[in-house]
This record gives sequence, structure tokens and C-alpha cells, in this order.
Amino acid sequence: MIGTLVELARTFALLSLVSIGGINALLPEIHRQVVEVHGWMTDAAFANAFAIANASPGPNVILVSLIGWQVAGLPGLLVATLAIMVPSCALAFLAGRGMARFQHSPIVGLLRDALVPVALGLMLAAGISMMRTVDHDVPTVAISLAAAAFIYATKRNPLWVLGLGALVNVAVLHLP
Amino acid sequence: MLNDRPLRSVGKTELFLGFLKIGLMGFGGVAPWARYVIVEERKWLTDKEFAELLGVGQILPGPNTVNASVIIGDRFQGPVGVLLCLLGQMAMPVVIVMALAVVYEHLSNVPEVRAALIGVAAASAGLVLGTALKMIRNIRPTPRALLVVGLGFAAVALLRWPLVPVVVGLVTLALVLGFLPLLKRGR
Repeated sequence: MIGTLVELARTFALLSLVSIGGINALLPEIHRQVVEVHGWMTDAAFANAFAIANASPGPNVILVSLIGWQVAGLPGLLVATLAIMVPSCALAFLAGRGMARFQHSPIVGLLRDALVPVALGLMLAAGISMMRTVDHDVPTVAISLAAAAFIYATKRNPLWVLGLGALVNVAVLHLP
Repeated sequence: MLNDRPLRSVGKTELFLGFLKIGLMGFGGVAPWARYVIVEERKWLTDKEFAELLGVGQILPGPNTVNASVIIGDRFQGPVGVLLCLLGQMAMPVVIVMALAVVYEHLSNVPEVRAALIGVAAASAGLVLGTALKMIRNIRPTPRALLVVGLGFAAVALLRWPLVPVVVGLVTLALVLGFLPLLKRGR
């Protein structure tokens, strides 16, 4: 048990340090480590965990929490979650402090301005990639586009969009 | 990073509750909800400041919104703020994911449940798309910056190039484009 926890901690702490682009970019490597290298989960169990994590709200690192839980119970959940969070968060903390300290330096100013369009382009791409993964018929494409228009045009709570998306797609199921 | 204007102070409870909401609502990606709560609803940051932090979060390892929230927590309430932001955004999702894991076997066979989940996922994708478009509208990037936005979008969404080299290339390009006008002025 302790051995498994140590292995969980080591595996996910290392992954945390290389997880540029977040968990989705890391997914193939997580799968390789969990299923092939350590044999903690079967392929089917991993696919299930992925589906469950996707259906849950929150940052998608909760996939790692779920893997930890299924491998070693509550201690596994805590260890895996901390291991994937702490190294990258510590780096972010240091980077934030560094940028605040040198906030008047022209180089930091340049970097800040440069990062804005990068973030915008990638977010735009993420929206389209998600649509391509999820939207396989006319109703789902319509839901996505309507949701995008709603968010773009109003300041209302996005929860309306999620609720209506669910309702519409269930209603479509019962159309004659 | 927030040196362009005086910091609006954000208390510890407010920080925790804000991120609790972000975590609880963040289906299919936290970024749109983070923007909604932080920029639109509570006005802790402007769109530009939020995009800067998201960009910083992107070039560091780890999920970009989690990284951004670490920096936000530190700016408003120091290390305690960091812990509050992280706890707030993880607490409910972890409980929910465990509950879902327990009932998933039964629920995943109910067609209505499947349809509802797919509907939420489709709406979430639209949420990300709409939020990105709205941020572009509000920030009004320069033509040079728009070029970077367009190239990043094309590389990842259309050509499906791997993220890490794209990010490295884009940041380099954006830095060069930002540096050119300075050179001209210096001459």
C-alpha cells in the first residue's frame, strides 16, 4: 500500500513538471503510465475514468484524483491530487512572484503583451477542438453555436446555456 | 502584473467563494467560468489582465487556469490566497467525480442521462468558443496580435499540430512582433 502511494506520488509529480498544455496534452502519457507501465488500471477502466472526469465540473486534473482513488482509495486520491498539483503550482507561484517583482522591466512588459494573443488563439482553438470531439449530429452543433452566440452577446450567467443544452438534447431524443 | 491600475482588494472569503463557483460550474473546461466570475461578475480583473494571466499559465506546466488562479490568489491574499483558490476550485469537483464514479455504471446506460451529458458538453464547447470571441472583441488586439491569434488557432484547431511546439513558436513570434516597433522607435 505504502509502495503504491509512493509510486503514485513519484509518477504524477514528474508528470506535473512536464504538463505544459495541461492534462489533455498529457493524456497519452498518463494512459501509458497508468495502464501499461504500472498496470494500475485496465484499458476499459481508464476509458471509464476519463468519461467520468469529463462529465464532472472543475479543472480536468480531477481525472488524476479519480485515478488515485481507484488505485489506492482515499489516501491514493489525496496523494495523486497533491502530486499532480504541487510541483506545477509551485512553479506558477514563483513565476507570478518573479513577474510582479520585475513588473516595470520592459522585458516582462513585452512578455505580458506577447502572451495575450497566444492565450486568445489557443482558447479559440480549444473551443473548436471540443466541438469536433463532442458534436456528432445537427442538434449538438446547433447547441454549441447557440451557446457561443449567447455568451458572446449577453452578460448572463452561462449556467443557462448548460441547462438548456442538456434539456434540448434530451428533448431531441424524444422527437418522433 | 496588475500594476496598470490600483488593485481592487478581494477578501479571503470572496476569493474562496468565487473559486468555489468556478470549480462547481466549470464543465468541460474552467476558463470560461473563471472569466465569467473574475471579469464579468465580480470585476476582479479586466479582460486584458485575465488574458495575460491565462497566457502565463499556458507557458508553465500544469493546467493554464489552475496556474492563473495561483497567481491571482497570491496577488490578492498571498500564499493563503493561493490555498483558498486551489481548495475552492477543487473541493466540489473531487466530491462530484467520486459520486459520479459510484453511480456511473447504472447511469451511463440511461439514454436520457447520456443525452443530457452530451448536451452539456456541446454547450460547454460553445461556451469556450463564445468566451474566446468575446475576449478578442473586448481586448481589441492590434493587427500584429491578431495575426498571432489567427496562427495559433489555425495551428491547433485546423492543422492539429502538437501544443508544446506551437506555444513555443507563437510566443517567440509574438515577442519578435512586439519587439520590432521598439527597434524602429529606438533608431
